[in-house]
Amino acid sequence: MKQNITGSEALMLALQAEGVKTIFGYPGGTIMPVYDALYDYTRGDNKVFNHILVRHEQGATHAAEGFARVSGEVGVAIVTSGPGATNTLTGVADAMIDSTPIVVIAGQVPVSALGTDAFQEVDLVGLAQPISKWSYQIRRAEDIAGAVSRAFYIARSGRPGPVVLDFTKNAQTERVDFKAEKVDFVRSYVPYPKLDAASVRAAADLINSAQRPLALVGQGVELGGAQDELMAFLEKADIPAGRTMLGLSALPSTHPLNVGMLGMHGNYAVNLKEQECDVLIAIGMRFSDRVTGSLKTYAKQAKVIHLDIDRSEINKNVKADVAVVADCKESLPALTALINKADHSAWRESFKPLDEKERIMVIEPAIHPSEGPLLMGEVVNAVAEATQGDAVLVTDVGQNQLFATRYFRYPKRRSLCTSGGLGTMGYGMPAAIGATFGAPDRTVCCFMGDGGFQMCIEELGTIMEQQAPVKMILMNNNYLGNVRQWQDMFWQRRKSFTRMMNPCYELIAKGYGISYDIVTDRIDLPAAIERMLVTKGPYLLECAILEDDDVLPMTPPGKSIDEMQLEIKNDK
Amino acid sequence: MEKLYTLLVYSENIAGILNQVTAVFTRRQVNIESLNVSASSTPGVHKYTITCYCTEEMVKMLKAQIEKRIDVLQARYYTDDEIFLQETSLLKISAPAVMENPEVCRIVRHHGARIVEVNPTYAAIEKTGTTEDILSLYEALNSLGVVRQFARSGRICITRGTREQLDDYLAEREKEKHG
Repeated sequence: MKQNITGSEALMLALQAEGVKTIFGYPGGTIMPVYDALYDYTRGDNKVFNHILVRHEQGATHAAEGFARVSGEVGVAIVTSGPGATNTLTGVADAMIDSTPIVVIAGQVPVSALGTDAFQEVDLVGLAQPISKWSYQIRRAEDIAGAVSRAFYIARSGRPGPVVLDFTKNAQTERVDFKAEKVDFVRSYVPYPKLDAASVRAAADLINSAQRPLALVGQGVELGGAQDELMAFLEKADIPAGRTMLGLSALPSTHPLNVGMLGMHGNYAVNLKEQECDVLIAIGMRFSDRVTGSLKTYAKQAKVIHLDIDRSEINKNVKADVAVVADCKESLPALTALINKADHSAWRESFKPLDEKERIMVIEPAIHPSEGPLLMGEVVNAVAEATQGDAVLVTDVGQNQLFATRYFRYPKRRSLCTSGGLGTMGYGMPAAIGATFGAPDRTVCCFMGDGGFQMCIEELGTIMEQQAPVKMILMNNNYLGNVRQWQDMFWQRRKSFTRMMNPCYELIAKGYGISYDIVTDRIDLPAAIERMLVTKGPYLLECAILEDDDVLPMTPPGKSIDEMQLEIKNDK
Repeated sequence: MEKLYTLLVYSENIAGILNQVTAVFTRRQVNIESLNVSASSTPGVHKYTITCYCTEEMVKMLKAQIEKRIDVLQARYYTDDEIFLQETSLLKISAPAVMENPEVCRIVRHHGARIVEVNPTYAAIEKTGTTEDILSLYEALNSLGVVRQFARSGRICITRGTREQLDDYLAEREKEKHG
């Protein structure tokens, strides 16, 4: 119990009680009392928090997301009211759709001014409610201990997600006797549904009867910390497993049962085999449209088992024959205990000719081209080889993301930060900053296009100030490449506003004092990557990329996944 | 097949839940036919009675999405044969018209409606029943051109089941809290 302290100091103690050490933030009028309290908590012998001053509130939320993804802890962002608060909304929505635990604490005008259109007042709770797991306005200092602990509990438990605390200025300055609370129960919220033995039995029976089982691994496995349980399950019944983009590092890419990435730009064999398997076992994934393609034709031949912690995901997109609603950390071992040892080597072998076809037609030309300008695939592949799978991959959104997720390697868990559901351009750079704080011992490689790089380019200032060791690989093709690819494929090559005039990135890097290099010829690529990796601190490696490099394979939007194309037939 | 479903949603008594509940319908493009919010028999718990036309598949998704909201305790859906339901309505009728046309009183009696006040200007009539009962009265009176105001409430209902599902849920949660 600490008596007669301000609400702002109570917030500091409440954050400390939750184990927070890293805060991404940006001060402003209505959050000034909190920043004044932070002054004492971020320096000297009493230093509790490392506060990272970002350059834009959106950056604070993406940094908190990157931090959370790699560390498994809750990311924290503190911002001011009004525009500070609205600037966080993209990050909140991103964290919601990708199940990333963050807590955003925003200043708010005093209770007496609420609803009066006061300076920098915005109805943050109203705005955030549909895109957050929970939003709450703290109106009195006495509510701080309970609200903060509840916020962290809700953010991190069950299916994680973003929580928004709207912190009125009067509550920041009122005096209060503070006693830390530890919320681990909310009567209306059941984060870990009870495992139902009958559904586990039914799932096991289906798996035991399967001739051609296929597992679809999602981020739920990573969020539940069930990577070992997953491997034990797959290995016992010899089940090949595809991973969603967000689930890429949930199963080591070197694992013999890994059959690649699902989805629109995933691997060829696994997409086709989804249409051939007899039992589909979805584990902690949500059947996004980018995974399923047309639902009318998706895996109609298969019995579907869906393991998820979130009941509302069951039957949302794909109808489940058996649903096991529980934490996969619990459901996977229960299932493993009931399934028979099996050998599906013939089924697994049947993936190989398709894999080989993709390797020859798509992968080899993408990662080992012999002539012409640099390609994104070869840049990613070269970085992946140079980092030997030890690095954390951060991507922006677009072609850079699709090539990077395809050609990077994931031997270690929690190795990927990417904006999967919302597809937020500008996510990459701030998320990478967050990742360097969440995984300080690991190399953080951030692939960006020239579009996304400029969408949160202001965070170069944060990188400079913190000397955050982000290895930025800017794959510059002077285009908004993914949209350009779609224009070429589906819009009669009418390149409407996708060509982009670029600044001199060398000068920009120089302005921020960030080491810079450019590669235009593939012969220089390995050495340039090596220099980037051995250079201490941040680094910007610009690669001059073929302007009309296309991501393949591709299932055209709305098409059945067995219509996946290995080449683009209409030549440009 | 689309049917009329009644959703009963119970939530903690916190500001802003109604928005969260109705937002689920908006996102799924389902129109709310009627909505009633009141205190429930459990102190501190609010009860929302919502009716909508949709498929059973859709109402299941609505239920799941509503229950996902942190402060919602429980959401259940019912068809009309599973509940006792009632709506109420008030009509304001021109008093001279009542005096002049005996048909007005006959219609009111025939529909089992109640006259709650009469003065020289108007009569206030109350009718409780199903949507059909209420609309039938309204249409009959309106065809005579005597209705000045008409108001109809949302549906309220209680379930026919012998188990009180909210009580069961709360009791179980209470046990989990201490266990």
